[in-house]
Amino acid sequence: MPKLTLVFSLLGIAVLAAVPLFPQVVYPVFVMKLLCMVLFACAYNLLLGFAGIMSFGHAAFLGTAAYLTGYCMKAFGLSTEVGILAGTLSATALGVVFGALAIRRQGIYLSMITLALAQMMYFIFLQAKFTGAEDGMQQVPRGYLFGLIDLRDDTSLYYLVLTTVGGGLWLIWRTIHSPFGEVLRAIREHEPRAISLGYKVQKFKLLAFTLSAGLSGLAGSLKTLVFQLAALTDVHWQTSGDVVLMTLLGGMHTVFGPAIGAFIITALQYYLDAFGQWVTVVVGAIFIACVSVFRQGVAGTLNKIRRSDMIRTRDVSLNAKSLP
Amino acid sequence: MTTKDAIIEVHNLCKEFKGFTALDHVSFSVARGTIHALIGPNGAGKTTCFNLLTKFLNPTRGSIYYEGRNITHLQPADIACLGLVRSFQISAVFPQLTVMENVRIALQRKRRRHSYDFWRSSRHLDSLNHDALQLIDAVGLTGMANLPAAELSYGHKRAVELATTLALEPKVMLLDEPTAGMGQKDVERTVALIRHAAESCTILMVEHNLSVVASLADHIIVMARGKVLAEGNYGTLSKDARVIEAYIGAGHA
Amino acid sequence: MPEIFGIPLQAFTGQLMLGIVNGSFYAVLALGLAVIFGLLKIVNFAHGAFFMVGAFGALMLERYLGIGYWPALLIIPVLTGCIGILVEITLLRRLYGLDPIYGLLLTFGVALLLEGSFRVGFGSSGQPYSTPPILRGSTDLSFMVLPNYRMWVVAASLIACLATWLVIEKTKLGSYLRAATERPDLTQAFGIKVPLIITLTYGAGVALAAVAGVLAAPILHVSSSMGSNLVIIVFAIVVIGGLGSIFGSVVAGLALGLIEGLTKVYYSEASATVIFLCMALVLLLRPAGLFGREER
Repeated sequence: MPKLTLVFSLLGIAVLAAVPLFPQVVYPVFVMKLLCMVLFACAYNLLLGFAGIMSFGHAAFLGTAAYLTGYCMKAFGLSTEVGILAGTLSATALGVVFGALAIRRQGIYLSMITLALAQMMYFIFLQAKFTGAEDGMQQVPRGYLFGLIDLRDDTSLYYLVLTTVGGGLWLIWRTIHSPFGEVLRAIREHEPRAISLGYKVQKFKLLAFTLSAGLSGLAGSLKTLVFQLAALTDVHWQTSGDVVLMTLLGGMHTVFGPAIGAFIITALQYYLDAFGQWVTVVVGAIFIACVSVFRQGVAGTLNKIRRSDMIRTRDVSLNAKSLP
Repeated sequence: MTTKDAIIEVHNLCKEFKGFTALDHVSFSVARGTIHALIGPNGAGKTTCFNLLTKFLNPTRGSIYYEGRNITHLQPADIACLGLVRSFQISAVFPQLTVMENVRIALQRKRRRHSYDFWRSSRHLDSLNHDALQLIDAVGLTGMANLPAAELSYGHKRAVELATTLALEPKVMLLDEPTAGMGQKDVERTVALIRHAAESCTILMVEHNLSVVASLADHIIVMARGKVLAEGNYGTLSKDARVIEAYIGAGHA
Repeated sequence: MPEIFGIPLQAFTGQLMLGIVNGSFYAVLALGLAVIFGLLKIVNFAHGAFFMVGAFGALMLERYLGIGYWPALLIIPVLTGCIGILVEITLLRRLYGLDPIYGLLLTFGVALLLEGSFRVGFGSSGQPYSTPPILRGSTDLSFMVLPNYRMWVVAASLIACLATWLVIEKTKLGSYLRAATERPDLTQAFGIKVPLIITLTYGAGVALAAVAGVLAAPILHVSSSMGSNLVIIVFAIVVIGGLGSIFGSVVAGLALGLIEGLTKVYYSEASATVIFLCMALVLLLRPAGLFGREER
């Protein structure tokens, strides 16, 4: 890893670790939400940027895990890590089912199918009694980690979220740089060739889908604990759109670019919250701007500047390959 | 017609699209260890035949046998695992991967190296590097192992494609116009590579370049308008009136 | 009182009627989506938003200019079509030749923009729009009661679908459209202004959505979210019908509206999800859609 990146990474980790010590400067709950969204966006990008599959229904995984973790904590008073595990597993299982259905088609059809399936989950959760419908599932207890550590304290929860998100991000990074990741890259670059070499590409796509769904679920479970709330917005199509935008804005052909996008969008929504529905308008405008003139996103543009001597002026289409 | 040691047999293969018949009751067999060429004017159905053999298309009727086994309804990835590997009309490489990585991906599949293990470091694949380099040398790309495949010339891309095919140690190689679009030097190099590869496997190739066909092929199948017109070696076919008639206006490469 | 499988006949036929009405909306919206997709290869997520704009347009015409339903039915689609044309010229045009996913993303952004704007202006709750006087009330056939306005909606939708079909299949403009859909380069070489046809097609598709919006205004609450909820269902419908097939979209729209209505009678909790379940079923059995073409 190049020296500059290493220095920045260590600095970043140090800053993040120090956050709970300075609650007057930055609100730990905001940073926790940010971390969850970073995990969500990077997990989403595992599918989009590296497997080349655009899901438009990832909110289904975030939301299902959010509701299930909430329900397990409320109804059964479980130890926190069990609650998180329950939520994550439910999202993983959903990922297998939805993935198996969606990858039967390709391209735009696949996206539309994921959107429709997620909307189905929205309606299911809207009608189910345990979710509390429009009011949401409130007062979810944070519980005790391993039965010992009381997570009602924001600081304790913060370090749990930080380490868990860190673990999730490591898994994403590792997946991309694994034998599995190599095959995914090949499939994205030239799928017929990969097939003609004997790779059963549908299985690889399904595994990528499942991993992405599971890690998105992890983000959802953590989010429920942070806010002690699971709501319909977690399964709404706008949330699916949000994560697409984060990834697009941050740079979908880089591993951690989406983290930048997550930061920008989450901060934007936080600060514009006072203006109510203008948030939607602003997000819509950013979407339009991004797709029209900024398809490489922030990280992609930074990469391009760094490698300006190796630039090819070729329009970046969705199937453009990643720079490691 | 069945030959004693036919590694591929095709019986009454038909492919119909809406209102258009691409293949009309095509039957032939490919003997093990030989180089077969499939030739014919444009629109004869050669590439359709190819796509059917490699299961990238499904036949409307008919059957395909490989080593005595009916493969008509298998998936393309399945037949590749059985040893039937194809190349593509437009050279199929993984553009942003280096030459080394291209060959390694093929080796990875052959040696079944943890392909689903998303938790393992890709350094586990380094044990394949030695064999990958040998293959890269064998196709004449020594020293180019670390170049992205996209930066290579067309002839070199073909060589990469050949290397990845050879990595799978196929029993049958199906080559789709291997010398298309190449200059004379690249053609000679590719012909030499194919001849070398033929020492260890059977080859069926679609070709337009009749001098390549003349120098390489043991047996030639001529197709026209979706049917098999004639079969034989170059000498007999070049005097066959039907073949000459089918080619009037098409010319040599 | 006569019953069908345990449900009173009038309730049954009432729900069936509602199902046909919904099916008509689905059909018109699916038709617009299919036409736009056929030529532009863009899945117009903003279709629902333009539907909503159509409904709000009728509402605003009445509220601020005192213009009633019947003129609105003509004016609003034209106006909305012009907005669509503007969107196409300024934004969509840049994306041709790229992966079609960018078109979906751009129109998604447009949908958010439109929806957010109307929510800022009118709030989240639904606004009422009164049924035109001539169509109020209902006709009583002995086995069912037919609300007049809803009959009009079904008739108007069918007329719109038929008119679209006639234009595409029977007119010169339609033949240019079909040629441009298959081979834009060749069509352009013949001297036909393909970019103009593309722009007009998008405008026409959007206008179709707006027509549906005006038709819907008296029935549904006019709210900013009325479009997006509908368009996702319509996506499922075009997957079922086969996106490349205009005929498939219309048939699937009507059929699924009926299925939804019947589900509401016998098992109402599932009515919101039944269309998605049908989509899942079609994907398992016939991935190309009921009328779609096989693709690799």
